[in-house]
Amino acid sequence: MLKPRFRRRRLPNLADQFAIWLNQHVQSALATLGRLLDTPLPTGMTVAVIGISLALPGALYVLADNLRTLAGGWDQTAAISLFLQYDVDDAAANNLADRLRKLPEIAQVQVITRESALDEFRALGGFEEALEQLKNNPLPVVLAIYPQPGYSTPEQLEVMQDKLLKLKEADFARMDTVWLQRFQAILDLIQVGVLLLGVLLGIGVLLIIGNTIRLEILNRCIEIEIMELVGATAAFIRRPFLYAGAWYGLLGGLTAWLLVTLALVLLQPPVSRLASLYRSDFELAGLGVTATFVVLASSISLGLIGSWVAVNRHLRGAEPS
Amino acid sequence: MILFEHVFKRYPERGEALTNISFEMKVGEMAFLTGHSGAGKSTLLRLIGLLERPTRGQILVNGRDLATLPQAQIPYHRREVGMIFQDHRLLPDRSVFDNVALPLVVAGLPHKEVGRRVRAALDQVGLLKRERAIPVALSGGEQQRVGIARAVVGRPPVLLADEPTGNLDPELSKEIFQLFERFQYVGVTLLIATHDLALVKNMHHRTFTLGDGRLINDTRGW
Repeated sequence: MLKPRFRRRRLPNLADQFAIWLNQHVQSALATLGRLLDTPLPTGMTVAVIGISLALPGALYVLADNLRTLAGGWDQTAAISLFLQYDVDDAAANNLADRLRKLPEIAQVQVITRESALDEFRALGGFEEALEQLKNNPLPVVLAIYPQPGYSTPEQLEVMQDKLLKLKEADFARMDTVWLQRFQAILDLIQVGVLLLGVLLGIGVLLIIGNTIRLEILNRCIEIEIMELVGATAAFIRRPFLYAGAWYGLLGGLTAWLLVTLALVLLQPPVSRLASLYRSDFELAGLGVTATFVVLASSISLGLIGSWVAVNRHLRGAEPS
Repeated sequence: MILFEHVFKRYPERGEALTNISFEMKVGEMAFLTGHSGAGKSTLLRLIGLLERPTRGQILVNGRDLATLPQAQIPYHRREVGMIFQDHRLLPDRSVFDNVALPLVVAGLPHKEVGRRVRAALDQVGLLKRERAIPVALSGGEQQRVGIARAVVGRPPVLLADEPTGNLDPELSKEIFQLFERFQYVGVTLLIATHDLALVKNMHHRTFTLGDGRLINDTRGW
């Protein structure tokens, strides 16, 4: 009779277990990436779909961000520019400004004298020669009026404008900030749109990845069954599919970033030209570090969640019947 | 090593597949399991490998009570039970080496150790030179030997074979059975389901005979 040679194997100690676990993760991650790259066409198509889906909200975000930067430069614009009668001189204008400053709805009044208005006009460009032809300054004194914070809605400004126009010194008034406020409202709208589009397309990405992983699981069901027979744990079998989801997400996110960046590179020259026509040195801003991080993190998370759902629905582990 | 006590297995759709099976196999014992088709041979093996759980009764394998073994422990149980199938169950798109390595990779063995053990297992079944081949390039007998190498590569104390020679000619079958005897010599407990009665008679090992799900005969070798 043979002496019993086989005892129940002792489990390896904790450090060894960790080393095995880590090794299996690295192996699984690399093997899964290799598998994806082995079939470049289907992988590329899936990645492209994910990339385009994520590039759309990304691009809209960049657009809104740039418009906001542009609008931010106009925050110092006065709410109402009050053009005075041509015969009102600087001293009278200063007097009027002092009176207006005492009104509760007005925060600040800036007097733009005829001289400074002319200088500004000259500096703005294109008019130097025309101005040279003039014998005397054709510009009136302008009062730039900044309202108190509580008085800056378009309706309140309307009331204020009517009141100002009743002054005998006033010629006409222009509301500068109303269109800016409309612009702000449009920006807010775009921002909500970015969010909605992002959520919708994010769900789309989730479904794409979930379905891709589901097909992959079905394709490899024989392999999965055999691995279960030789003692693979449920975690071991799930792992490559979860990594595949994460890789799809990462590659899709990088594609989205690339698409947005490429679009910006192509848009930069015409935008610069347009800006220079407006005497502005405005430059398009890219996605930036934070937004890039958000795009990549959300695409990887979407990949993981999508594959997690697929794996939980279609892999039950080594269940005996 | 393997202990069955009053084991029943009933399928909802097919009725009772095993009825009141009790037997014990000692460490290093080799036994055949015979009986007509549908007598329950495969079911009995599937219970030992925990591919299925019994309806009633107790099964102990290597000291483990299979009835109470938690789900999460099943993979570790299977690593101690090598299984060989009539249809080999090889991965068609992987090399012989990769197929044999699977149980070790699954168990997380270091790379070097995997290579060493896989080559040792392939050497035992005489396929060391074919490690780069893919399964379809091999003959039926060679494929079966790859399946055997995969079953023994993790050095399990228990080896189960379900009709391992079902598709092989008598000469090859004999070779396979002689291979099994070599594993017995190193202390592996083997249970082999087969209907190759001529070979069974010649080899003088313990033989269980199943009939309609009952253990109708248990003859010792010599």
